Amino acid sequence: MAIGTFAPPLDVPRGLARTAERSRIWRKFVRNPAALIGALILLVVIGAAVFAPYVAPHDPTRQSLIRRFTPPVWTQAGKAVHPLGTDQVGRDILSRMIHGARVSLIVGIFAVLVSLIVGVTLGLLSGFLQGRVDTAIMTVVDVTLSFPQLLLALAFVAALGPSLLTIIIVLGLTGWERYTRVVRAEVLALREKDFVEAARAIGASPTRTLLRHLLPNTFSSIIVMSTLQVAQAILQEAALSFLGVGTGSAYPTWGQMIALGRDFVSVAWWLPTFPGLAILLTVLAINLVGDRLRDALDPRVV
Amino acid sequence: MFTVLVRRAVRLVVVLVGVSLVTFAILQVSGDPVSLMMPEAPEADRAALRQSMGFNDPIPVQFARFVGNIARGDFGNSFFHREPALPLVLARMPTTLLLTVLAMALSLSIAIPVGIASAVRRNSTFDHAATLVVFLGTSMPVFWTGIMLILLFAVQLRVLPVSGWESWAALVLPGATLATFSTPLLLRIVRSSMLEVINLDYVRTARAKGVSEWFVICRHALTNAALPLVTVAGLQFGLLLGGAVITETVFAVPGVGRLIVGAIRQLDFPIVQAGVFVLALIVVMVNFAVDVLYIYLNPQIRVR
Repeated sequence: MAIGTFAPPLDVPRGLARTAERSRIWRKFVRNPAALIGALILLVVIGAAVFAPYVAPHDPTRQSLIRRFTPPVWTQAGKAVHPLGTDQVGRDILSRMIHGARVSLIVGIFAVLVSLIVGVTLGLLSGFLQGRVDTAIMTVVDVTLSFPQLLLALAFVAALGPSLLTIIIVLGLTGWERYTRVVRAEVLALREKDFVEAARAIGASPTRTLLRHLLPNTFSSIIVMSTLQVAQAILQEAALSFLGVGTGSAYPTWGQMIALGRDFVSVAWWLPTFPGLAILLTVLAINLVGDRLRDALDPRVV
Repeated sequence: MFTVLVRRAVRLVVVLVGVSLVTFAILQVSGDPVSLMMPEAPEADRAALRQSMGFNDPIPVQFARFVGNIARGDFGNSFFHREPALPLVLARMPTTLLLTVLAMALSLSIAIPVGIASAVRRNSTFDHAATLVVFLGTSMPVFWTGIMLILLFAVQLRVLPVSGWESWAALVLPGATLATFSTPLLLRIVRSSMLEVINLDYVRTARAKGVSEWFVICRHALTNAALPLVTVAGLQFGLLLGGAVITETVFAVPGVGRLIVGAIRQLDFPIVQAGVFVLALIVVMVNFAVDVLYIYLNPQIRVR
């Protein structure tokens, strides 16, 4: 966790120092082949999600009873029109996976945004105001930590009625506590530093101190945490879909494809295997990038 | 040390109240529970039931009654089974605990030796391989891991049963599935906490005294690396129970998780509330025990 300040040395023009800092981070990032592979995989997944209707070879909902259970193209009965085969009602697996990427990424990104806003705000308040506010917020954190997150999400999504928005909000509101803990710890460490004292001395209001001086110094941890949290949110969404409280629509998701494929695992192994691989690769890519980002943003790691 | 314990106990009670509030909220956000209980009844009957069950009272009054009922172990009757919800949950608890403990034991027995070896031989091929496995393990959806294990061992090799809980052989796949979920996280902690202590002066001193390497690692390094491990293993317990819910569903294990997932599909909220509350209670208790153990293991707090 970087506790370095963003304040540049006095004799270097501000913009120049920023550029140097950025290129240093970039050089550290690209030095790691695993992170580059991760970034490439991620680009492919994002591309698939954005351009899904154009790159998917078939309509993901189109059924065809004569083509059901077509195995992948490299097996004996495989057909080139369905590279990864078809499911129990003849829908193209690859096309469904490409469309499924949309749901995973949308939920992953927006759930994390919700967590981020809630968690960082509470963390800043907790660390900055201390006292009773801190005790109250940390009690809420303790309560949140007491529930298996998935179970809580499952219960609330079911109670509120499954939809994409419900999933985003519920996953966001059950996954914020990590931000609060980390930001609080950083603010507690930072508030004693000279630059905070200096800001206060020149008459900066508490709000200004909090937003302009403390918050920017927690950015690198927040960026790293958010990357890794997107991976977690994608796994959680897949689990919710798998357990049957998904988006509540017929639009394909990876978790739902695995759930449907599970019943046919003994006759058509490809049904649950490929969507699972898609989740694995996406989450792995995000984890690799996030892990490398942590080192790249940490000034202590050369 | 005594004041620390009292403070922890007070926090325990406050957290439990918070846990009840969240559990209470599950039913509140679901809309109208009465129409779930008697979907075909005329509106007049529903209104009567709503009144008699106290759903028209102010929310704080309802919450107070809910807490009172919980304290007496009463979560109401299951809408579906038509019998008290709590005993239904408790009857399935041993299965879930057995699965969880099995997975935790399996995880620790892999994570501790591999984590130590990784830390001792840092940057070796073994260490890199272990890191790769950690990354893969944390990126796999646990239900998919389960299905892949079924595919391999039950469908292809036919050596283990696909699902159920009747024989010891049936425990293998669910236990292994849940362990693949928790091992990587524990392994990571063992490795990093061992790395932190392994180059400290006192470890070097122990080596200089001529103590065998094995003894240095186990007695000197591991005991100090154990502190973060205990905390993380405690925090993991909640995650593990969440994983157990999914694992039970994949393998049709008759535990609390499967009961809750089934109840959620039927919108049978008393069961959901009882199940969620009991599991949260276990996590709270485990964390409390970990706190106490931490105080005991950490001489800086103990001697005060």
